[in-house]
Amino acid sequence: MKILFVDDERDVEALFRQKFRKEIKSGELELSFAFSGDEALDLLGTENPPKFVYVFSDINMPGMSGLDLLEKIKGKFPQIKVSMISAYGDTENYNKAINSGAQGFFTKPVDFEKLRNEIKEISRA
Amino acid sequence: MKPERETMSTSELISKITELEGQIVKLTKQTKSDVSKLKTQQNRADEAVNDLKVIQQQLLQQEKLASLGQLTAGIAHEIKNPLNFVNNFSELSMDFIQEIEEELEKLNDSTEKENILELLSDVKSNLHKIKHHGSRADSIVKSMLMHSRGGTGTMDPTNLNDLIREYVNLAFHGMRANKNPINVDIRLDLDESLSKININAEDFSRVILNLSKNAFDAMRDKIAVKGSAYKSILAVRTKDLGDKVLIVVEDNGPGVPDEIRDKLLIPFFTTKKGTEGTGLGLSITHEIIKTHEGSLEIESELDQFTRFKITLPKTTT
Repeated sequence: MKILFVDDERDVEALFRQKFRKEIKSGELELSFAFSGDEALDLLGTENPPKFVYVFSDINMPGMSGLDLLEKIKGKFPQIKVSMISAYGDTENYNKAINSGAQGFFTKPVDFEKLRNEIKEISRA
Repeated sequence: MKPERETMSTSELISKITELEGQIVKLTKQTKSDVSKLKTQQNRADEAVNDLKVIQQQLLQQEKLASLGQLTAGIAHEIKNPLNFVNNFSELSMDFIQEIEEELEKLNDSTEKENILELLSDVKSNLHKIKHHGSRADSIVKSMLMHSRGGTGTMDPTNLNDLIREYVNLAFHGMRANKNPINVDIRLDLDESLSKININAEDFSRVILNLSKNAFDAMRDKIAVKGSAYKSILAVRTKDLGDKVLIVVEDNGPGVPDEIRDKLLIPFFTTKKGTEGTGLGLSITHEIIKTHEGSLEIESELDQFTRFKITLPKTTT
């Protein structure tokens, strides 16, 4: 299963690759990383059906915000699941995300067990 | 007919003059009293203007504090992200070392293996320290964020003793990090049999901060007078009273004179000079206690102690 993480902090890649080391090794998961909303849209490309099943995106990013990215992805590929990961767990951001069709909302620091369970459930479905 | 005036006799004239004189004296008195009334009124107006100026200064101070609060929230957020990396990577590395140790166990014993295991155990203990101190920093950042956000108004079961420990400590370190730090002996005597009670932790932590800060300020004044012979002590106690909880915050500072004690809870009342105090700390504290359906009592003896006694019901309606 291909998953895309979008965050302007580059160390997120090392962290997630290490956290999901076993799943990546076993071939269960394939992770890609984008460091801006534009980069994420480039990676998603125009292929239909898309190669990614799930996108996890930060909200506060320079340029395109995670919420804008969410709307763009949902407009183009409604079948891709998108969840937000944000340090700002306020109700305003939460409501905006859910109303725009986000699958879930994770607050930073990320609870990796919760994230792992979410991914497992999607890969089972 | 001759004009009347000319027919006036001398005695009549004298009596007229006396009468007029009397009137002049009366008028002069009246004018004098009017002038003095005007003067007192002017003094009152001057006082009012001065009061307004002070309040204006205090409002400015409030405004500054509010923007400082926003700044703090911004900084706290910016620190939180790198801090998350520190905590996450140290935790992850601890897991990896655990795995390495498990793999190493499969190898035959040798001095090299012994050596590697020893080094790994040191690295693991270092990572524990990084995680531990990272978590400490994280909890400070969290409380900073909590304070800059508005109260949500929800009452949740809270461990009061933990909250007191955390915020007395925070108030102490805040005081130490600011200008004119003082040495204070902090004595906590917390009733550990106390179960969780329903409070708005965010608001109530402000009560503990305010009372601690007040105590530090009062004790600082006493140090300025008494010098190093005086040892300042802040004592905070909790006690389970059955259906209520008693919280006592006591300092051995200069005490509060009787004539001021009743005014302490009035908004904008302050004994601090100029703009040093907003005069709002204790009134906000009182307000928060009232919303918790609790009461605040102040006991004091000059030069001995000031004791704030908060009684909170365990269940609020």
